[in-house]
Amino acid sequence: MVSTPSNALGPTRARQGQAARTPTAWHACRALLRRDFVLAWRRRGELFLPLLYAVIVTALFPFALGPDPQLLGRIAGGVLLVIVVLAMLPALDSMFRSDLEDGTLEQWLLAPQPLALLALTRVIAHWLTTVLPLLVVMPLLGALLDLPAGVLPVLLVALLLATPLLALLGSVLSALAAGARRSGILLALMLLPLAVPVVIFAAGAIAAAQSGMPYLAPLAWLAAALAMAIVLAPLACAAALRIAVES
Amino acid sequence: MMDWLAMGGYAAYVWPAYAVFFAVLAWDWLAPSFRKRKLMRELHGRIAREQTRNTRVPRAEASA
Amino acid sequence: MSRSYIPHWIHWLGSPPNFYRFAGAWRPWLMAAALAAGAIGLYGGLVLAPPDYQQGDAYRIIFIHVPSAWMSLAIYAGMAVAGLIALVWRVKLAEVIAMESAPIGAAFTLVTLVTGSLWGKPMWGTWWTWDARLTSELVLLFLYLGVIGLYHAFEDRRRGARAASLLALVGVVNLPIVHYSVQWWNTLHQGSTVDLFGRSSIAPSMLWPLLVMALATHLYYFASILGRARTDLLSLESGKQWVRELVEEQPAQRQGAPT
Repeated sequence: MVSTPSNALGPTRARQGQAARTPTAWHACRALLRRDFVLAWRRRGELFLPLLYAVIVTALFPFALGPDPQLLGRIAGGVLLVIVVLAMLPALDSMFRSDLEDGTLEQWLLAPQPLALLALTRVIAHWLTTVLPLLVVMPLLGALLDLPAGVLPVLLVALLLATPLLALLGSVLSALAAGARRSGILLALMLLPLAVPVVIFAAGAIAAAQSGMPYLAPLAWLAAALAMAIVLAPLACAAALRIAVES
Repeated sequence: MMDWLAMGGYAAYVWPAYAVFFAVLAWDWLAPSFRKRKLMRELHGRIAREQTRNTRVPRAEASA
Repeated sequence: MSRSYIPHWIHWLGSPPNFYRFAGAWRPWLMAAALAAGAIGLYGGLVLAPPDYQQGDAYRIIFIHVPSAWMSLAIYAGMAVAGLIALVWRVKLAEVIAMESAPIGAAFTLVTLVTGSLWGKPMWGTWWTWDARLTSELVLLFLYLGVIGLYHAFEDRRRGARAASLLALVGVVNLPIVHYSVQWWNTLHQGSTVDLFGRSSIAPSMLWPLLVMALATHLYYFASILGRARTDLLSLESGKQWVRELVEEQPAQRQGAPT
């Protein structure tokens, strides 16, 4: 490194050396994603818990309301939406907690990459590992509740927009609650006001599709909210993480 | 007077509303007062303990 | 020098011992003014104002319901501003005021919901309807409870105050979105949109007691927040010299009226 003062290789080496010292944001995010996937895979039993929860709750509805297909079909969209929101809750609590306890978050704060970007990466990993499986079994759950076949695509699109939005909002709350002694029901209490508009628009789209009305407007609102949340929620999440780490 | 208390037949709604208003605000007013009284008692106790400790074992202060 | 743009008296007031004495001096006067305004407002509202030609005497709940609803929003705004100051400048007093505002705001929100329900029963025939305004108020109560719950979930109270302040700021963004989405949802489901106030403007004989009651609730809030902040400062600064001097000045009160 020092022995080749100025030849053609010099600048390239220097750049490589620099790259090795401070990886680009892209490298950092990729490494973070890979780490989260490996961790999720090692605890893959836990990934099935939200799924199991959703299946159990869905199976209870016909027993409570009676197996009338018309009634079940009418409420299926809203019921599945609420089940997905509730199934997302327990996992939200653990989004940052273990990283705070083992000191990983302090490394995040010290990292040259912007904290908001790392937080966004964590939300993406979280969504892919805990929420995506729920969406994959949605057709099955829809069939259990006699959801009309034409409504299923709208339900899936609404969930594809609403669940990342909820995960982004939940990441802020999870970061806020990470430093607290206990959360759990507290997280549900904090999420409710934030989840109300999301649930309203997602359910609005599903209800509109079910009654044969135009359903694009609420979906567009959800998409707009998602675009805004992708920009703003990581910033709020970063601020919350700073509060959680600093004493 | 009875007419006024009857509130034109709506007494069962008007007076409970006012009762709730005053009960909640009274709680809001009294709760910090009780908290403060408890806190003052604790602080008195803490200071009294420190004083007895200092008078009984004067060496502890010297070593500290 | 760097903070010379801040008036001197704010610096003076920001110091806990100064604020403690200031609040102790002002609190009784504010409460007396609140009680006086409340007495005048209630006399005007319950005795002098004529019954409404549509709602009879049931409308008299307005004199506590509407000021409480205004307070529930005003205190939230105040809490968010204090929270912002606490987050940006880390002023201990701002943290205390933000966190002690939350229970008062929650109390007013609860009063708004209960009195609205007591008003709705004779007028609409039901205790609760998923009307846009009621639903927004319910969500506001949950926001308050979330702030209070988060604050108390922390061991370190100052860290809890900062986290809860950030949550309050998130709520500021969220609240208008909730309001408009609930309105949209209401029109979608053809819900019962009952307008309690009617289309006609309110008569002056009913308006002035309402405004005086609003003044009374504002005064009450200031009196209450000063008292709550005093207590909180005492416990936060319990190791400091000024608290020790203050405690030693006062005789131990075993029994007697709470102050």
